[in-house]
Amino acid sequence: MQKKHLSVLIICLALGALFAIVQVGISNGMISGYWVTNLFLMGINIILAASLNLINGFTGEFSLGHAGFMAVGAYAGGVITTNLGLPFPLAIVVGMLAAAVAGVLVGLPTLRLRGDYLAIATLGFGEIVRVVLMNIDYVGGASGLKDIPDVVNWPIIFVSVVLSLLLIKNFVRSSHGRACLAVRENDLAAQMMGVNITYYKVLAFVVGAALAGLAGVLYAHYYTIIQPKEFSFLLTFDVLVMVMVGGLGSLTGSVVGAVLLTTASAFLQAIPELRMVIYALLLIISAIFRPQGLLGEKEVTLRTFQKLGGVFNATSGSKQTQ
Amino acid sequence: MKFRGKWGKSVAFLTVMIFVLGVFAAGCGGGGDTIKIGVNYELSGQVATYGTSCKNGVMLAFDEINKDGGVLGKEIEGLVQDNKSQNREARNVAEKLVSKGVVAVIGPATTGNVQAEEPVLTKSKIPLLATAATAPEVTYDEKNKKVRDYVFRVCIIDPDQSQVVSNYLHDELNLKNGAIMVDKNNDYSVGLGRTFKEFFTDKGGKIVAEEGFIDTDTVFKPQLTSIAAKKPDFIYIPAYYNQVGMVIKQARELDIDIPILGADGWDSPELVSLAGVNNLSQCYFTNHYSVEDPSERIQHFVKAYEEKHGTTPDAFAALGYDAGYLMAEAIKQAGEANPQKIKDAMANIKDFEGVTGKLSFDEKHNPIKEVSIIEMVDGKQKLITKMQPVH
Repeated sequence: MQKKHLSVLIICLALGALFAIVQVGISNGMISGYWVTNLFLMGINIILAASLNLINGFTGEFSLGHAGFMAVGAYAGGVITTNLGLPFPLAIVVGMLAAAVAGVLVGLPTLRLRGDYLAIATLGFGEIVRVVLMNIDYVGGASGLKDIPDVVNWPIIFVSVVLSLLLIKNFVRSSHGRACLAVRENDLAAQMMGVNITYYKVLAFVVGAALAGLAGVLYAHYYTIIQPKEFSFLLTFDVLVMVMVGGLGSLTGSVVGAVLLTTASAFLQAIPELRMVIYALLLIISAIFRPQGLLGEKEVTLRTFQKLGGVFNATSGSKQTQ
Repeated sequence: MKFRGKWGKSVAFLTVMIFVLGVFAAGCGGGGDTIKIGVNYELSGQVATYGTSCKNGVMLAFDEINKDGGVLGKEIEGLVQDNKSQNREARNVAEKLVSKGVVAVIGPATTGNVQAEEPVLTKSKIPLLATAATAPEVTYDEKNKKVRDYVFRVCIIDPDQSQVVSNYLHDELNLKNGAIMVDKNNDYSVGLGRTFKEFFTDKGGKIVAEEGFIDTDTVFKPQLTSIAAKKPDFIYIPAYYNQVGMVIKQARELDIDIPILGADGWDSPELVSLAGVNNLSQCYFTNHYSVEDPSERIQHFVKAYEEKHGTTPDAFAALGYDAGYLMAEAIKQAGEANPQKIKDAMANIKDFEGVTGKLSFDEKHNPIKEVSIIEMVDGKQKLITKMQPVH
């Protein structure tokens, strides 16, 4: 019991320190605007990757509709603050709800499909969202929703990321999450054990979609302009790549993947000719050497650090004896 | 130390990746006593051809300026960055350029990307010169009825093109009944179609048919048949060359041999190969400039560009070239490389001689300059006339 309290304390302290350092860095200009932008983008990407991981990695449903859910959230939130002039917190709530509803609407009919078929159906959903948004003049049509209030700051991003990760982590560890894992491993066996597989598939879909919606709202209120063309399937693939590189079924993997690829993309800005080549090369290398992703299904926890410390001690110890 | 097991491998992998990134990070340095101008363009992604042309134009201008001794005794250093044709990257790049200490930014090419970049530069009080962002609201905040102080552009705005083409149709070609066909998925196309209708009906013309298509369509005969049934005197198709080429070909196949007109989106050699040389008779479009223009300045630019890049410069390259020179002119008039002063000098630019015409800014930071009307003759662009839009 005591040990558990201690680790919670350590994690809280670490998070608090991270938050404080970055906040101070931003306030006194030590972190340049450029890195602030990338930091925020990292945060949004972490939420996207983790929520897609919940659907694709933990529940084993290969969904490609994430850009669609994000678009629903972004536009719903954008309409609340920009067109209706209501406060930002409401935009978050409405954006998440709208995306969750979209999740149910897509989830119920399509989750009977498996593998490739589900992927195609959800891909179709994403494209439908994009085309529909393109033809609604109320949200700006093809030219998009503009002059959205710029309200997103570091505390909002940080809290959103932490809460999202906490939600997914606790969900996966709960009986619901275990049921989702069972569905992934063998849905027939899970059904035999009395798991209502449709319910759990849709549940994972809804939670994942709602978080994608949250990422959408944050995105809209940070970049202040959203256009339907941004939410094409390429965005879904970007997120999917983060999940794959990090490791399907590893939450910390998603974080690592999102951070790594956002950083890579930032550094490659200066060499546009080689940008996509190097980006693709990184993916190929990662697919050859770590097909299961950097972390596979493992998580990085406090215990990992203890273990790592042990390995380090052991190796340095063996060196001494030589 | 040996890498142990799975963990060791991933640690090794991570190290390699970080090393790779580090090498690139190290390569991004630079400095010296130069005037730094950010060059933020779509060099990859959807509209990479536009961004690349613009960038080539800008960098050609900077090279020429530096060869002539630079500005205020200093060389201009263009910091080129790719925004992947994405709004979020455009903003990201703008932040990066600001943190590198640029005094002004040129680009991006398209409306959405400029709008995504604008809040960053306005906040940092750094002037932004857009090249091909033609939507009116780029420089003017319609909601608050306020000019965006730090945003300028070298291109004409969309309504200028539709105004000129409707004048030309009405006054020169004497055609009164028109049909419009737009790409519904493209704000540029929809906007031009809308303003054209306003200008043309104001002149006393009549729009007898309006049809739409979407950017992935390849068959346009249903729309063309219903247009033909209304017997218009011409069709106005403000869309991109890749669709327009097919539309023209299919229209001629249906024996619709009335004039077809369009806008700067037509400007591509691809248009001829898509539509076919013979089908392009009686086809006109408005553009920022014409390669055929005999003026010395334009011919010098065309030659220099061809020498460097091996291709004929399109309108985007010409706009980029003008943006480069205009920026240098503004810095010269400002007297020092200070963002605030450059902005003020830019707003006061009068009669700047560019390859895309003589340029002065109106109170909304839009250039007032002539629009070229081009006719396709035997698969070649021929400059018919230049007309001045009224603001």
